[in-house]
Parts: sequence; C-alpha cells; structure tokens
Amino acid sequence: MQTETQASAKDMTVEKAKWIYTKMQEIRQFETAVHEIFAKGEIPGFVHLYAGEEAVAVGVCAHLTDKDSITSTHRGHGHCIAKGCDLNGMMAEIYGRATGLCKGKGGSMHIADVSKGMLGANGIVGAGLPLAIGAGLTAKVKKTNDVAVCFFGDGASNHGTFHEAVNMAAIWKLPVIFVCENNGFGEASTFDYAAAADRISDFAKVYKIAGKTVDGKDLPSVYEAAGKAVERARKGEGPTILECLTYRDFGHFEGDTQSYKNKEVQQKAVTEDDAILRFQNYMKKHKILSEEDIHDIDKQVKAAVEEAIRFSEESPFPDENEVTTDVYVSY
Amino acid sequence: MAVKMSYSEAINDAIRQAMRKDENVILIGEDVAGGAEVDHLQDQGAWGGVFGVTKGIVEEFGRDRVIDTPIAESGYMGAAVSAAATGLRPISELMFNDFIGSCLDEVMNQAAKFHYMFGGKAKVPLTIRTIDGAGFNAAAQHSQSLYALFTHIPGLKVVVPTNPYDMKGLLLNAIFDDDPVIVFEDKTLYGMKGEVGEGFYTIPFGKAEIKRAGKDLTIVGIGKQVHTAMKAADQLAKKGFETEVIDPRTLSPLDEDTIINSVKKTGRLIIVDEAYPRCSAATDIAAIVGDKAFDYLDAPIKRVTAPHAPVPFSPPLEKLYMPTPQKIIDAFSVMVGDKVFSAV
Repeated sequence: MQTETQASAKDMTVEKAKWIYTKMQEIRQFETAVHEIFAKGEIPGFVHLYAGEEAVAVGVCAHLTDKDSITSTHRGHGHCIAKGCDLNGMMAEIYGRATGLCKGKGGSMHIADVSKGMLGANGIVGAGLPLAIGAGLTAKVKKTNDVAVCFFGDGASNHGTFHEAVNMAAIWKLPVIFVCENNGFGEASTFDYAAAADRISDFAKVYKIAGKTVDGKDLPSVYEAAGKAVERARKGEGPTILECLTYRDFGHFEGDTQSYKNKEVQQKAVTEDDAILRFQNYMKKHKILSEEDIHDIDKQVKAAVEEAIRFSEESPFPDENEVTTDVYVSY
Repeated sequence: MAVKMSYSEAINDAIRQAMRKDENVILIGEDVAGGAEVDHLQDQGAWGGVFGVTKGIVEEFGRDRVIDTPIAESGYMGAAVSAAATGLRPISELMFNDFIGSCLDEVMNQAAKFHYMFGGKAKVPLTIRTIDGAGFNAAAQHSQSLYALFTHIPGLKVVVPTNPYDMKGLLLNAIFDDDPVIVFEDKTLYGMKGEVGEGFYTIPFGKAEIKRAGKDLTIVGIGKQVHTAMKAADQLAKKGFETEVIDPRTLSPLDEDTIINSVKKTGRLIIVDEAYPRCSAATDIAAIVGDKAFDYLDAPIKRVTAPHAPVPFSPPLEKLYMPTPQKIIDAFSVMVGDKVFSAV
C-alpha cells in the first residue's frame, strides 16, 4: 500500500506507477484465469468478475494504508487485490481450499483480510455502505487518522442503505469515501432504467458533501479525484461521493449470456477504452514507465497468477471439523 | 454489597460500568441520549432512550461515546457491526425488537456471519439491546417477543434476562463477549425492583437458573413468563405438587443439561412462552427434550404460549392472549389426567 497523496497523476513516482500497474495487471490476469477455470467447471459456486473496472479499485487504494478500511461487494476480487490481499490465499479461497484467506469457508463472495483493512467482499447488495460508516466511526471515536472507503455499484445506489449511510457520514463528518462503480448495469437492468438520478454524485449536493463523477476507465482521473477525497477525509473535512463511470468486461456472474449488452459498446470497452491499455499509453506518453517495464510487470504477474493456481490446486480441502468451527469466538 | 434497584436502573448501571472500564465501549441508537444539538439543553440528554433507561449516560460520557442516530436502523446497525469489527465494543440499541425488519440483514447476514465466513479472522463484539414483550397495550408492531428469530441464526447469542440482578450481570457479560449478542429487555419488567450486586460482575451465558426445586413437574419459563410459572408453581404447591421452575437466562447458548436433568427427575415438562407458538423457543426446547429425554417423560410435553396471532391492542384481548398461571395449571391437569385442577 502506498501512503502519500499526490495532486497530479503526472507527478506520480516510478515506484507508485509500478505498484499501480502491477495491481491492475494482477486483477486482469487473475480474473481472466478465474473465468477460464470456472468455464472448465473447476471452481464451485457463484463468481462475479471485476475485469474492466481495474482503474477504480487500484486508483483509490493507491492512497490507502493497511490501517484504512474498505468495504466491498459481490464483485470483490479487484478490491481485495488492490488492498493487498495475497493472491495465493485469494485463489485458494475461490477454490474452497483450506489454505484460502477464509479457510475455504467464505468463497468468492466473502474474501476478507481484516489485517489488510479489507472488511470483506459481501454477498448482499448495499450491505457495505453502513459497514463503511462503522469503520469511519471507529476512526473518529479512536481519533486515528484512518479513512474508510466503500466500494459499491450503481445498483446499490437505489438501495436504502446508500441514503442512510451517506446521510449519517455527512451529519457526523466521517472520514468515508463512497466510491460508486457505475458500470451501467445492476445485474441485467441498465442504470438508466433503474435509477431516477442522472448521476450518483448528484446526491452529494443534497447531503451537502463533496461529490464528483470521473471517467472510471482512466486511472489518472480516478487516482487524482480519490487522492483529494482521501486527503479531505484525513483532514476531518468529511465524506465524498466519487462516482466512477466504468464497464464490466464479463457478465454479472460467470455463465451470464449478457444479452442485455450492446455489442459495439462492449467491443469499445475491451479495446480502445480498456483501462489497462489506456494506462499503458499514459505512462509511455509521460515517460513514467517504458515498454520494457510494462513487459516485465506483465511477465511477473503472469507467473504470480500461475503460482496462485498451482498453489490452490495442490492445497487440500478443509478438514471435516471446519463445518462447525468459527461459528462463535466462544460458546 | 447488594443494592436495590430496578431492572431499568440495572441496565443503566451495567452500561456505565462497561463504559468506565473500557473506552472502546460506545452506546449508539435512536435517542439514546436525545436532544442532540438542541441549544437550550447544553448537551444534556433529553430522553435517555424512549423509556429513559439510558438517562444520564450522555452527561457522564459525552456525545462522542453516546451517539444519537437518525431513524435509520439499517444504517446505524450496519455501522455498529463494522465499528465492532474494527476495534470498538458498541452497544447498539434497537428501540423495539419489532423494528428488526429494518435491519435484519445487518444482524443476520453481517454480524452473525463475519467470524465464520472470514475463517475465524474477524470478530464482532457487538451488543444489541432491544425491547420486547406484550402486556403494555402497545399492539402488534411494538409488543412481539422475537427472540426465537435470533436463536435460529448461528453466530448470534440470545439473552432474555428476567430480573435486575441477572440483567446487570448478563448485559455486562454481553458487552465484553467477543461475539454478537442480542439482549432482550421486557418492557413490562423495567420497573421491577430487586437486589443487584454493586460494581462490576458478569453472569456467564448458557447457565440456567433453577428458580425453585421440585420433583413433580418442570416448567421452563422464557423471559418474563418465568414469573407466571412461579405463580402457577405456588398454586400447584397448595395442591401438593412440587414444581421445578427453570429460567434458561440465555436461549443461545441454551443450558440443555439443566432442563434435561430436571425432566429426568420430574417426568413432566411445560414450557411457558409468550412468543408465537410455531418455530419458537418453546417448540425448540420441546424437541430437544423429546429427543434426549423421551424415556423419562410420563406425559406429553405441553407448551403454554401465545396463540398463532399478532398481539392485539384492546386490553381484554391482550390479557386473553398471554399465558397465565391458570393456563399452566390447565395444561398440568391434562398431563396428570385430573380435572380437579381446572377449579384451582
């Protein structure tokens, strides 16, 4: 995790750029691998992939430390990776193995690592919003300088918890950043259909907090806006709604036929508008990273993801007694 | 040293003891202080909860730790869950247990699941205080006793204190427990006086109390119905029957041993519960005893409960709705095949 906040992405250090690009690649390659393995029937349960939205998770988490908390969604792999969760532990969790981050008891929708400030992917739409308020409340009561980030989808913005949480964060001036990943779809219904508001960030005006909508496929835009929001939160200036317009490359869940998608829009999203391609071009243009640097990172990440798969496949399933352990701390 | 105080004062005392002992304990809920940002109150509380149970606590600990929330149960309950997971020990007040419909996800899917779902690596030391109970003419949406709903859910602990002494000790145990605990405060018991220990003490969960010993009949009373059971036991004693009355104190964990050992001795069991009769604490205990002590039973297990109907408003109807000593005696007379008891 990186700590310093920088006003402009162009001034980003080489070290920071490498961290960001590595995390984006990790998410892309991890999700692509999960997509392929799931298709072969080797991953149990429900899986929702984050590929395409990398610039949001990474652009925001680039400003956080392990002490800062994030809440996540059912589409949580990207948030986990950006917040520093171990790839082996994540993949093993998705495989349901004993070596998983949650000992194989959570699975794709519940990967968590509280030691990294990752308060869990969450199977309930809208659930992360109040949870983020709680982490912000802890920071306020304990007078730490920590912040909480709530990642949520455009679908969750129609949920009551969004309004309850934003209102409470506003009246208590909590150090919380509400990051809406507006990918245009809540399951198989479009944002335009399901939401009366034009922009999620418009609610910021009503709740009298900071709000902004950015191009969520553009890492520098997310990075700069998130940096300002985190800085405001740390200074005690209260919450922000940061709406990131993005697109999910895969379906709502693996196996989704995606008949609701426009083929041209999909094609553009995965080619010229691709977040990773755009960040590569940006770094080359501003001479932050070279073609060779990028190639090296791609290779390292490929090896890391392959290792995560090997680790998972070779890991045992949990012991039988794990069915009933961890229900309570004590009972 | 014991002091005399009410059930309500015992709650107030327990919260203060906990907040003095650990600065991570906070109290959060709707109007737990009341009157936030009202100039003329000069930061004094207005209410201290809708029944005045937490009155005075904000004056001692300040509004940073006694937090009035908007009327938004999902929002503040979720916040309490996560505050617990990130280092605080919140006491979150759900004004009436009937309001759980507005925040069941936060309790059922978040608080109850974190420890398990995250492989034992997260803890949620959250205490939810909530008001239950009929007998107050508060009608169908403010009178339910929904403890069975929570007992059903693994990961939650469920506490039903029936007197001031137990309330203080069980509530303090809840606050310093590392699991999410829901403590039911029966609104009709708030004025009940009793001896309470001074200072800090806890009562462990899963330890029932035998309120009176007997060899002819076991009655398990859930929540305030333990008092109805005691009255029935008095009347049965006059007819020469010795009743053992058990207060389970906590429904999750449940002290099965004390109940089963009693039934082994008496051979007869009545469970008295003012909650709805289906999928309830009463049916649960009946099933456990039927499963584990069937051979010791001399008569079918009887349940004296509310009917399968919402709590009515009209006072005469509500009276009919509730368990009574006579209903318990009627059940017992069926068990022993003796019609004499219908005239007790």
